[in-house]
Amino acid sequence: MRIAMITIAMLIIGFTLALAEEKWAGVDDAVVGRISNEYGRTVSKPFIELEGDAQLFAFLTAGAIGGFGAGYFWRMLMEKKSK
Amino acid sequence: MRGLTLLIFAIAFLLLEESAMAMHISEGLLPIGWAGIWFLASAPMVGYGLYRLNRISAEDISFKILVGLLSAVVFIISCMPIPVPTVGTCSHPCGTGLTGVLLGPAVSSIVAVAALLIQALFLAHGGLSTLGANVFSMGVVGSLAGYGTFRMMRASGVGLTTSGFMAGLLADWATYATTSAILALGLKGDGAFCPIFSKIVIAFIPTQLPIGVLEGAITAGMLGLLHSKRPDILVKMRLLKPEKAAAL
Repeated sequence: MRIAMITIAMLIIGFTLALAEEKWAGVDDAVVGRISNEYGRTVSKPFIELEGDAQLFAFLTAGAIGGFGAGYFWRMLMEKKSK
Repeated sequence: MRGLTLLIFAIAFLLLEESAMAMHISEGLLPIGWAGIWFLASAPMVGYGLYRLNRISAEDISFKILVGLLSAVVFIISCMPIPVPTVGTCSHPCGTGLTGVLLGPAVSSIVAVAALLIQALFLAHGGLSTLGANVFSMGVVGSLAGYGTFRMMRASGVGLTTSGFMAGLLADWATYATTSAILALGLKGDGAFCPIFSKIVIAFIPTQLPIGVLEGAITAGMLGLLHSKRPDILVKMRLLKPEKAAAL
């Protein structure tokens, strides 16, 4: 089951990377930003501006912390049951 | 090992962010007046959520563990860009349908505030001026839609996972419908509301239809998992009758 889940995750990465060229814009660009620009509103600078791979790093770190947190709390919940 | 598997999934989806950016309402897109209105609109639910969180946590320490787990889950999946192959865009589920069902809509709004605030501060995902609007759509409306759908379906005799699926589905769609309304109100100026609202909703539909289905599946899956592993939690949160949990 674990190997299957890891394999599926790797396949998803490979699939989307293979297909990603200039597509796969988030709906903020495809919908929100596009329509906002039509009505004269533009995105301001964020609180911490992340450029290039810095944003990838931030998302990766956040996801890692979130994943560890979820796993930790899940384990606590399951250990409480066994007690 | 389970935590490691979850971590790998989180990393896997995050690595997909080749060109996907934020999916909440970004910084500066709403006029300051409207941004303030949405902060005020969210405040009562968030305030009540803080009260509920403190009160329930004082009575039951395990509630905090559940809140911690769901906060991490909402944080991950609400910044997880999922490519929709049929459309060529990415969007994210919200997770507040699930938290609305499990924690109640008030505490769910607190979870949304935490997730959205961290994303706005550190990930340039969403914005600080638009935090009120994002909390209102995802934390207030999404949570209420999920909670209300689940309760109505269960009262009608529908099964746990089916009700959970519909709760997740409708919570996601309600969130994005509200986002559309918020944007339309903020952008319309002196113009009419309906044309711009319709334009935004129609633009969201191709991406959010499948994402909503995915969110329904996540919600149903999580409820099913808790039902098999910790039915006592569902009893405690009044989602399952004690006699049904005892039968497991």
